[in-house]
Amino acid sequence: MSVIGFVLNGRPVVATAPPAQRLATVLRDAFGLTGTKIGCDAGDCGACTVLLDGAPVCACLTSLGQVEGRAIATVEGLAAERLAPLQRAFLRHGAAQCGICTPGMLMAAVALLARTPHPDEAAIADALGGVLCRCTGYRAIIAAVADAAATLPAEPEAGAAVGARVARRDGVEKVTGRERFGADALPAEPFLTVRAVRSPHPHARFVIGDLAPLFAAHPALVRVLTAADVPGSLRYGIYATGKDQPVLAEGRVRHRGEPVCALVGPAEALAAIAEAEVPITWDPLPPVRFDDATCSEALHAHAPGNILCRGRVRAGDPDAAPPPGAVHAAIAIETSFVEHAYVEPEAGYARRVGERIEIIACTQTPYMDRDEIAAILGIRPEQVRIVPTAVGGGFGGKLDLSVQPLIAVAAWLTGRPVRMVYSRPESMASTTKRHPARIRAEAVAGADGRLFSVRFHGDFNTGAYASWGPTVANRVPVHATGPYAVPHVLCTSAAIHTTDPPAGAFRGFGVPQAAIAHEALMDALADRLGLDALEFRLRNALRPGCRTPTGQVLGADAALALCLEALRPRWRAWRDEAAAFNAANRGPERLGPERRGVGIGCMWYGIGNTSLSNPSTMAIGLARTGRVVLFSGAVDIGQGSNTVLAQIAADALGAPLAAIDLVTGDTDRTRDAGKTSASRQTFVSGSAARLAALALRAEILRRANAGAAARIGFLPGAVQVSEGTESSLLALETLPADADGMVLRAEGHFDPPTTPLDEDGQGIPYASFAFAAQIAEVAVDTALGTVTVRRIAAAHEVGRAINPTLVEGQIHGGIAQGLGLALMEEYVPGRTDNLHDYLIPTIGDVPPIEVTLIEEPDPLGPFGAKGVGEPALVATAPAILNAIAAATGARVTRVPATPERVLAAIRAARDGGRA
Amino acid sequence: MDAWLRPTSLADALAALAAGPRVILAGGTDLYPSHVARPLPGPILDITALPDLRRIEAHPGYWRIPCLATWSDVIGADLPALFDGLRAAARQVGGVQVQNAGTVIGNLCNASPAADGIPNLLALDATVELASRAGTRHLGVADFVQGNRRTARRPDELAVALRIPRPAGPALGVFEKLGARRYLVISITMVAVVAEFDPAGRIRRARVAVGACGPRALRLPGLEAALAGRRPEPDLVTPDLAPLAPIDDVRASAGYRLQATEELLRRALGALGTSRARAA
Repeated sequence: MSVIGFVLNGRPVVATAPPAQRLATVLRDAFGLTGTKIGCDAGDCGACTVLLDGAPVCACLTSLGQVEGRAIATVEGLAAERLAPLQRAFLRHGAAQCGICTPGMLMAAVALLARTPHPDEAAIADALGGVLCRCTGYRAIIAAVADAAATLPAEPEAGAAVGARVARRDGVEKVTGRERFGADALPAEPFLTVRAVRSPHPHARFVIGDLAPLFAAHPALVRVLTAADVPGSLRYGIYATGKDQPVLAEGRVRHRGEPVCALVGPAEALAAIAEAEVPITWDPLPPVRFDDATCSEALHAHAPGNILCRGRVRAGDPDAAPPPGAVHAAIAIETSFVEHAYVEPEAGYARRVGERIEIIACTQTPYMDRDEIAAILGIRPEQVRIVPTAVGGGFGGKLDLSVQPLIAVAAWLTGRPVRMVYSRPESMASTTKRHPARIRAEAVAGADGRLFSVRFHGDFNTGAYASWGPTVANRVPVHATGPYAVPHVLCTSAAIHTTDPPAGAFRGFGVPQAAIAHEALMDALADRLGLDALEFRLRNALRPGCRTPTGQVLGADAALALCLEALRPRWRAWRDEAAAFNAANRGPERLGPERRGVGIGCMWYGIGNTSLSNPSTMAIGLARTGRVVLFSGAVDIGQGSNTVLAQIAADALGAPLAAIDLVTGDTDRTRDAGKTSASRQTFVSGSAARLAALALRAEILRRANAGAAARIGFLPGAVQVSEGTESSLLALETLPADADGMVLRAEGHFDPPTTPLDEDGQGIPYASFAFAAQIAEVAVDTALGTVTVRRIAAAHEVGRAINPTLVEGQIHGGIAQGLGLALMEEYVPGRTDNLHDYLIPTIGDVPPIEVTLIEEPDPLGPFGAKGVGEPALVATAPAILNAIAAATGARVTRVPATPERVLAAIRAARDGGRA
Repeated sequence: MDAWLRPTSLADALAALAAGPRVILAGGTDLYPSHVARPLPGPILDITALPDLRRIEAHPGYWRIPCLATWSDVIGADLPALFDGLRAAARQVGGVQVQNAGTVIGNLCNASPAADGIPNLLALDATVELASRAGTRHLGVADFVQGNRRTARRPDELAVALRIPRPAGPALGVFEKLGARRYLVISITMVAVVAEFDPAGRIRRARVAVGACGPRALRLPGLEAALAGRRPEPDLVTPDLAPLAPIDDVRASAGYRLQATEELLRRALGALGTSRARAA
């Protein structure tokens, strides 16, 4: 321990801590300044950026000893009394989504602006290149830094919230560092920490030896949990039929990173225990690989041949003979594990309160967590309270349990609060991924340019445990033709177990992988027919009244054609420009290696669960104070549901947005809104919020004996109901209030109407589909194989943009993740458990994005809105891969299209001629 | 032995090292990441309070880059075109946060096969000044870096500074790095070249080094010899890459590394030609 003095946000302070301790830890633990985030603890993500004598540094790489006598500035110092201009600009431009990278971005930008008040884009990118963001796609951040004098958007009048670009309701917390994420929430009482001991082997049997020497060497160690300590059900899983994942492995591990036991004690005591001191004897078994899993020994008794489940959609006669003059195309593609790489590693704590347990942790799905934890502890769901913290990025990865089972069991058994914070390597090694896919597909189109048939089969590596594997296997065949009218279809899938980490939910549930295949086929068929790739898609686009391969007839909102028509001018112009560049570069004197190309990708996406009930219930109350409170069980993971649901409720109620407060997530205070997943919260919970607000409005009007068109004014302690010249005041202070202080309360419930799919996949899997088309221009360095995406244009049919800034934010962020999928992201178990070997796009990798929003109201959606969380990711990789093919003539069939794979494809195309 | 020392004089630092081995901490940009979520191993010698070891200085026969000079210091220093390659590397090591903390000598002493600084230091013909209580010795970078994360530094020594000799005539450095994204990227391969020119614009002498293609960065003497007396242009020579021994890893295969290295060498020679006017 040393006593070290420095200046913190302008005030002299003294820290008593080991001098080699990381500054990030000292700021958070000793000073409570949790605005400085720890995303990787390795200088890879920049979330902990602070200013040291005005210069940005990573607080995770700076020792406390080195700041002696120097000045440190953190995000908490930016806004003394009111927001700094840059913070306002972040809110106006939607530059903060989940907010976990925002403090780092702000500090890096503050240092830049101090030096260069009006930076250009290149300077902004250089200054912010050391901070990773997984939500925004960076474009809004660049815009905010370039517009640092921006003001906050105006608050809309009553009735005008829907469609307004209002700032996020939770935005001020995110730009000031006050937001509490999983690792920021601490129990009030002294607490214990739990540390998992994880398998270094992908597949092994193990025996835990005598623990007495470990306890003797570390007297502060409180407990070592093993499978035998789990009070209730050892296994959990998403589906009632798929509870296959143990809280702690029972004698056998099925993937690297699987927890086998857990040490519980004070954090310092656990830190002193070396992994080798825990007596585990390993007996490695042969790994089960995706290549030969179906002929390997079954990992689970219920999955013979390691096949977890299959999906199938059959329509028309897939074996029908093609018409004369038809053309045929086939493709085989392969994709890799993709890591969610949210900048916030999983974290939280649990406390036992009598016969109840409370879990305060980051999650996308509080009610599923509640039911799972109840089963694991052997208690009733009502005995479990889930209080979600802010979520620093989810993308599907926080739909599965992570820290929750171990903190729950440890807190339940010890009676003391127990905390767990995953390290970055632990998060990457143990949590779910996007399914690697192996897809074979073929398609036939007639000489008239119309699709005749599609055959598709995809094998998906679902890893060691089921997780969301069945969801992927069911969703993919429904979408595998792409958004086109095809009379004859056979699309099948299989989810296959291996000894890789579990593959689960990741933005798109397998559809992004499938889209790579169908969009390659569309280009190939158009080429063979001599048709323009966009016009060919337009000719075959699913339109209102079309029948999908599952037999569903689409409504007036099936607007892919409008998306394609919106892109057509840019498509033509960009292709002409790329062709001109290539021609100019091809002459004998200017034989440069750069080739440019433009590609297109289309997609459709069913909103919500596939053929399964996925209801949401929202509650809304009128408090004695005259404030309106929306009780929302929907978790905002950065996408903006807190804001969108409030906008919907405000307009349905007829209240100004500013009159509405939010209570979110807490399962003791809200109703089950379902998971934040499948692009469903705006569509499903938005509908429920609208119905709840309409019911509250009806109740107020009933009490005032007023007609449906009356206006309601929300005053302190009263509401005023006006109709024509009549006006009546409803005093609230005398009304009885419930435990939440509500004098009136209403609920809304919505479950999108779907039907089960039969054995040929016939039925109505979704109540609503979103449609989109995107084009991308790339520059390919044909000598190195590197690809630079130069620009992207996206046209999305969103029904109604409740908040256009948030909708664009989802599209930008989806595009950035799609770009990563296409070009750089490849998780290799045991090799890439950090953010420098696993690459996600940086601020310099995401090009300018033009977004066109097409609003064809959805008949069921709130104010006509659909979901928008996943579609942009789906269409991006196909557009980029098609652009690479346009630029080079080479078709990359394995993603990510790394420089090596692109170069190999170019050379193969050159050697073999155009296939 | 104190678990942590932060001496304010070189003599104290060397005395501490003479008493026993210590982990040396400067910018921390390699040391902390190799101990994620764990405390640093001790005992530690934090050298960041040593005086007069930050400023990059020109001397009559050489430039001196002391051990506390950061990548940002390289970017901001008034250095001639000889250093263009090192400067380009400095802008690509991590983000601004890492450039502000990480030191050039730390990059060298960490001796990662993918260190962006080392090929440049080889091309600059840099030597390392190693100080101990027993005296000071100078080692060429090629002798100093012995393998993957292995150097010739004795436990009682501190790498105090780098010396870069002044070339006889106009000289220019270039650096070509290949990575799979724009920022924060570990090199798949990289090439550093320093060329000295004669008055007619021909290469008098060139030093060419390649990184991330073997356990340590290497010079290509065959190519260097072939370049002497020639005007720089991309297709000047077919490089002999035999000394390189790249591996297959998550970033690329060995075969691709060699292909890409050949292309980077062509580009580096092309850049020597197009930027020759900068040489002074």
